[in-house]
Amino acid sequence: MSELATPPPTKASSGAPARTVRRRGVRRATSLFANGEPMVWLTGGALALAIAMIGGLLLLVISRGLPTFWPAQVLELETLDGQRVAGEVAAVDSYQPTPEVVNLLPEAARDAANAKLAQDDGWSTRRMLRSGNYELTGTHFRWVSDFEIAAQSRPEWIAVVERLEWGRFYGTPIAVEFDGERVSGDPAKVWEAFERAHGPAREVWSERRELETHEIGREAKAKDDARLAVREAELEHGAQSPQAARAAELALEVQRETDARMEVLTQRVDELRKRNEDRRVTLLTADGVEHSLALEQIVRAYPANRLGLTEKLGVYGSRVAEFIFGEPRESNSEGGVFPAIFGTVLMTLIMAILVVPFGVLAALYLREYARPGPIVSAVRIAINNLAGVPSIVFGVFGLGFFCYIVGANIDELLFAAKLPTPTYGKGGLIWASLTLALLTLPVVIVPTEEALAAVPRSMREGSYACGATKWQTIWRIVLPRAMPGIMTGMILALARGAGEVAPLMLVGASKLAAELPLDGTFPYLHPERSFMHLGFHIYDLGFQSQNSEAAKPLVYTTTLLLIALVVVLNLIAIGVRARLRRRFQGAQL
Amino acid sequence: MIADRTPQAHEHDVLVPAPARRLPQPPMQHPQPERAHPQRPTKVFDAIARNEPHVTETHEGIAAEEAVLEIERFNLHYGAMHALHDVSMRVPRGKVTALIGPSGCGKSTLLRSVNRMNDLIDSVRIGGEMRLNGDPIYAPGVDVIELRKRIGMVFQKPNPFPMSIFENVVYSLRIDGEGDRRALAQACEESLRAAGLWEEVKDRLQDSALRLSGGQQQRLCIARAIAAEPEVLLLDEPCSALDPIATGRIEDLIEELKGAYSILMVTHNMQQASRTSDFTAFMYLGRLIEYGPTDDIFLQPHLRETEDYVTGRFG
Ligand SMILES: Nc1ncnc2c1ncn2[C@@H]1O[C@H](COP(=O)(O)OP(=O)(O)OP(=O)(O)O)[C@@H](O)[C@H]1O
Ligand SMILES: [Mg+2]
Repeated sequence: MSELATPPPTKASSGAPARTVRRRGVRRATSLFANGEPMVWLTGGALALAIAMIGGLLLLVISRGLPTFWPAQVLELETLDGQRVAGEVAAVDSYQPTPEVVNLLPEAARDAANAKLAQDDGWSTRRMLRSGNYELTGTHFRWVSDFEIAAQSRPEWIAVVERLEWGRFYGTPIAVEFDGERVSGDPAKVWEAFERAHGPAREVWSERRELETHEIGREAKAKDDARLAVREAELEHGAQSPQAARAAELALEVQRETDARMEVLTQRVDELRKRNEDRRVTLLTADGVEHSLALEQIVRAYPANRLGLTEKLGVYGSRVAEFIFGEPRESNSEGGVFPAIFGTVLMTLIMAILVVPFGVLAALYLREYARPGPIVSAVRIAINNLAGVPSIVFGVFGLGFFCYIVGANIDELLFAAKLPTPTYGKGGLIWASLTLALLTLPVVIVPTEEALAAVPRSMREGSYACGATKWQTIWRIVLPRAMPGIMTGMILALARGAGEVAPLMLVGASKLAAELPLDGTFPYLHPERSFMHLGFHIYDLGFQSQNSEAAKPLVYTTTLLLIALVVVLNLIAIGVRARLRRRFQGAQL
Repeated sequence: MIADRTPQAHEHDVLVPAPARRLPQPPMQHPQPERAHPQRPTKVFDAIARNEPHVTETHEGIAAEEAVLEIERFNLHYGAMHALHDVSMRVPRGKVTALIGPSGCGKSTLLRSVNRMNDLIDSVRIGGEMRLNGDPIYAPGVDVIELRKRIGMVFQKPNPFPMSIFENVVYSLRIDGEGDRRALAQACEESLRAAGLWEEVKDRLQDSALRLSGGQQQRLCIARAIAAEPEVLLLDEPCSALDPIATGRIEDLIEELKGAYSILMVTHNMQQASRTSDFTAFMYLGRLIEYGPTDDIFLQPHLRETEDYVTGRFG
């Protein structure tokens, strides 16, 4: 290399150039490594591997997550021992059945089965059918091996019925009853009658549910509040005080009023329930049992084997919409995840609102005000190490400090009347956000500090020379210039915070939250409520669900949703950052 | 392109080498050539090398001028390094004063001492006094922020702020809390006109200042410095990062600002010093060697060392 760096030879040493050229040629031939060719391959290979891993992860999640809602065909199988079962194929695998498995079959059938097995060298395929009909069979799924199958068919009119409770039902509709009218016989007619009757029955149900959850809930809350007011007055002025007596009077009045209104509401609910009582559909299962279902309990039903592509797309779309905008049911293994999406977004936003200003202030002090020295270096190292602390540790801290100390004190000061039921003294949205803010603090501080350090000294001096104070210089020059870097910190914090689960299990995420943390009742944002979170939801689906087989595909779908959510949050932040960057274009002076 | 102010300057154009070729050389390692010079037999540099005090050779022409800035026996240390030795000079009002001298001799340090930019450096210790229009600069209790507002400074490298052209120019008014848009717009236009930039940017005042060319940026920095109507304008090699055309425009601009503003300017370019300045101060190793009217310094310097420097024979 040194030859390359020396200035061109002068006329006096005219022999030099030829020698230089020859030696360079020799070197190129001898040292492949000096050329860097292997390093190009090595570095490129490492990058390719990293990309392949990320791509593989996405591919897996997408390939498993997207087809979850696609309506499959329904298969009816007759086994050699005469049983019939219908359902959707949920999984397929190969295995080597032991003789005992074959011996379970009736004797007459064993030879046929063995012959089939021998054909395939002792291997058999088995399919897991999602057969539903839990209340009749006690199981949601059934494995059926190929060698035990006597016949298989796709019945034309068999319907997949998704219900509010008990999971799916598979059967052929044979009769529909609607307001005293009964349609049976011709399957096409029965199906038509079902479609006509289903909508109105669901509407009545929605109205009833609205009354049950919101109206009656509101009355109950009014009664509760009045009772709390009595308790508060007692705590403040003593049980015998006139204030307490007045509050008790008021509570009685409120109770009378709400009781009267409750009466009306309950009547209306009963009336609605009655109206839907004899709106039913009767289905014939594959093994010949007739079973009647209430129409209002049916979320969705479709004749799976008759659907064309557009109808399938329709079912798919409606399921996706239910998933994104609906409430969960059947202990989260069915229905939607809207509360979890909502909780995740809200928690992440509150976290960002808490962590960004805090982190920026801390970084400002470290970089602009603190005198560099061993203490500042130690603080900086400590902050960097904070990023490596296992997140569950933050969860324990959040529970022990925020919930049990800060929250308990808030309760004693402000919500004494409700004790011993804790208001803030338990896991809640605000504590989860605070815990994650703490967790992501280093993620904000480190890039912010770097961005502050990268603001050219000349710009600061220019500002001082104009007579600006230190704070004016920071506020008007340093911070705007460092903004893209601060945004980078925020993006990293968002990504980290939205995906964190472990600490949330301790400080506020719950399997099922009855109410959203943001709603129409004053004060609209309820930071003390526990909330649902997509990450926790995934864990819950995968490991805590009773019907875990049915929940498994949802694990991938929910994961896909979580990834999409993090991507969207990041894209928004990146867009903002790009706009900021454009403002400071050419700032690399 | 650039009008020469004096016919004498032509003579020196021939003699003065391009600034880039003069390399900084500590005289301790390179004792300067012993060259016979019949009229001026001083050995100033030798005396400085022996660390003897040097009394600035100040020409009489200066005493007649009214001073805007008075520097008296000013000393500055960077930690153990003594960077300015007993510098005394009076900067005349409404004139351009050039500071010349080899690299590292303390020109920037002196300039930055005037608006107390050196306060930002922890290791700096100072002695002596400076006065701006009679007000002490270094007396205890002086409000540095207020002081800096009375002094404009333009740096070697253009340093526009990451904001619009408009906001750059009115920066010093903004930090004073001026919110009246009409007053700001007027100050902006006047400063930009004075800096000769108005015609080029009047249609894009809201664009980022960072998108201007280097020369435009430097004129913007001048506009920013004069927007606060400073009593002294400090220019630290304002043209060193610019091409000859941009340099010419800045020199013309300095010419125009003369009279309205008192300018103290550092330059490495002898031609520039001789063309644009009224007075010239020659510094060497932290000492002010000779100070006088520019014509005298370039044509009849009292000290041989000054002559060697301005003619490029030493360096
Ligand atoms: N922040 C500082 N800390 C310590 N020493 C410094 C500092 N700034 C400048 N110096 C020293 O002070 C001396 C004068 O520096 P100064 O920048 O004033 O020189 P200058 O005349 O402006 O040179 P140039 O023409 O190269 O800009 C130099 O020896 C330099 O090394
Ligand atoms: Mg300098």
